[in-house]
Amino acid sequence: MSKIFLTDTTLRDGSHTVSHQFTIDDIKNVAKALDEAGIDIIELGHGDGLTGSTINYGFSKYSDYDLIKAASSVIKNAKLAVLLIPGIGTVEDLVKAKECGATAVRVATHCTEADISEQHIRAAKEMGLFTVGFLMMAHLTDVDRLVEEALKMESYGADVVYATDSAGAMLPKDVTEKITALRKNLKIPVGHHSHNNLGVAISNSLAAIEAGATYIDGSLSGLGAGAGNTSTDTLVAVLNRMNIDHNADLYKTMDASSKALVPALQSKGLHPHTNLDALMIGYSGVYSSFLLHAKRAAERFNVDVRDVLLELGRRKAVGGQEDWIIEVASNLAKNR
Amino acid sequence: MEKVKVGIIGPGNIGLDLLYKLGRSEYLTPELIVNVRPSKGIDYANKMGIRTSTEGVDAILKEEDIKIVFDCTSASAHFVHAPLLKDSGKFVLDLTPAAVGPYCVPAVNMTEDLLNLDNVNLVTCAGQATVPIVAAINQAADVSYAEIVSSISSKSAGPGTRKNIDEFTVTTARALREVGGADDSKVIIVLNPAEPPIFMRNTIYTKVKNPDIEKIKEAVDNMVKKIKEYVPGYELLLEPIIQGDVVTTMMQVEGLGDYLPVYSGNLDIINAAAVNIAENYAKKLMGGVEVV
Repeated sequence: MSKIFLTDTTLRDGSHTVSHQFTIDDIKNVAKALDEAGIDIIELGHGDGLTGSTINYGFSKYSDYDLIKAASSVIKNAKLAVLLIPGIGTVEDLVKAKECGATAVRVATHCTEADISEQHIRAAKEMGLFTVGFLMMAHLTDVDRLVEEALKMESYGADVVYATDSAGAMLPKDVTEKITALRKNLKIPVGHHSHNNLGVAISNSLAAIEAGATYIDGSLSGLGAGAGNTSTDTLVAVLNRMNIDHNADLYKTMDASSKALVPALQSKGLHPHTNLDALMIGYSGVYSSFLLHAKRAAERFNVDVRDVLLELGRRKAVGGQEDWIIEVASNLAKNR
Repeated sequence: MEKVKVGIIGPGNIGLDLLYKLGRSEYLTPELIVNVRPSKGIDYANKMGIRTSTEGVDAILKEEDIKIVFDCTSASAHFVHAPLLKDSGKFVLDLTPAAVGPYCVPAVNMTEDLLNLDNVNLVTCAGQATVPIVAAINQAADVSYAEIVSSISSKSAGPGTRKNIDEFTVTTARALREVGGADDSKVIIVLNPAEPPIFMRNTIYTKVKNPDIEKIKEAVDNMVKKIKEYVPGYELLLEPIIQGDVVTTMMQVEGLGDYLPVYSGNLDIINAAAVNIAENYAKKLMGGVEVV
């Protein structure tokens, strides 16, 4: 299966969850951690894109330009993306974003209105930005129309086109149908952005990959509007399990969640949705009730709970063998 | 008294709708509609019995009798047309975002002085719908920031608007400041493809320095009455409400259903404004008729 390129939108779609109150430090910490984790594209800014800071959508604590500068100062490898929704932001705003350090843009329109993105996609390409066409609310139109609109974005020069499930209303079969059709008709790569409102974000991401999408969105701990996006952490674990190639490091992605994002959320009285320890249970294939026992043992022997669970999985422990946990944890401590 | 003859450049949605509105005018008559090539719009106008030409602006320049010209093409085309029309002494209503001349929103700034100019710009449909409300609130309460969200049906947004949506938002935002009187402004436009098509709908948020809601309501009420004189389908959906210093007002425009169905209130309001200005200019030409 083709290599998957991950876009993390914690700092853009997740901006909705914190009512656009991310601070400069939040941005720096999370962007740096995502970059170190090997995420390909980091998107940031107001949830509604450049100049989305308004009465209608809520005002940001800091301007997008200050946030871009902050992230740009810590990112070494990843592309730094902004969202531009024609009708809200303009080409002029994009020029400023580029001057502040943006290297990619996602130009987003409602799924039937791609022609309003022509001037922005063309301008972005002229500026040398990696340019993604983002067809939002893709559940609201049929396959033929979606293909027609995606072809327009391709003709304007987009590098990738997304079928974006902004409402989290698509089911895996809808994703399969739409991504398959886009792949069949487009020359450029296809992407998918999901929301977990029906609890199928990760299934939809996998359906997209199986249908040929090579650009997939996630956010740390599944932060994001509504029930949030596909959790990047979970997605990386699942891709590893499926032996699908990508550039991210699982532990470092999880660390970006727990060490960079969680403190930022807690400072705003919020908590993440994804239970990262439980993620490791699934990833390593151990009995679910091991969770609390493994956490206690890891604390007792001062080892990483993830290593404890991975080792238990390797040993193929079965239900009832909670006693093995202590031995594994103590061994890890000894062999350190 | 003989009606004043009018030329139209560009037989698209706007141009064809104007034919209906001008056809009803007591003061104006649509004399000639032109394009640079044969088109469906030209065929349509022919069927309506209107004289047409495919020689573009030159056809209009040749006719001295045409005193008023509506340019419904594009900004780039208007930059070419404007100096030619100026030399020929015709009064030009610019319905493109070119804005060679000053903005005019009839309910707010139509004056004798404006009618002495040779070129006025109609801002945008969203501008015609929202600038008067901002101007009214500004007069009553001093607006420091105006933000509008304009939703229009996909079917009523023509290719010109779609290709140049930045010009649409930037021009509208500028008019909110220059004609509406807001210190700062922001414009959001959303296209909605729902069927049946939605009516044009605008939400106007203003931050005010003197939050006297009764005074604001009265000013908005008076303004709505003034607009309804030339745009009958203009209705408040939500009269001004206030929270802190933010006033929220919502309005909708139901079109007259001339060329496009009633959901195209956006098209109606800009054309109604243009015809209103042209009629006042015609009255001036006819001599002594009072400007309203």
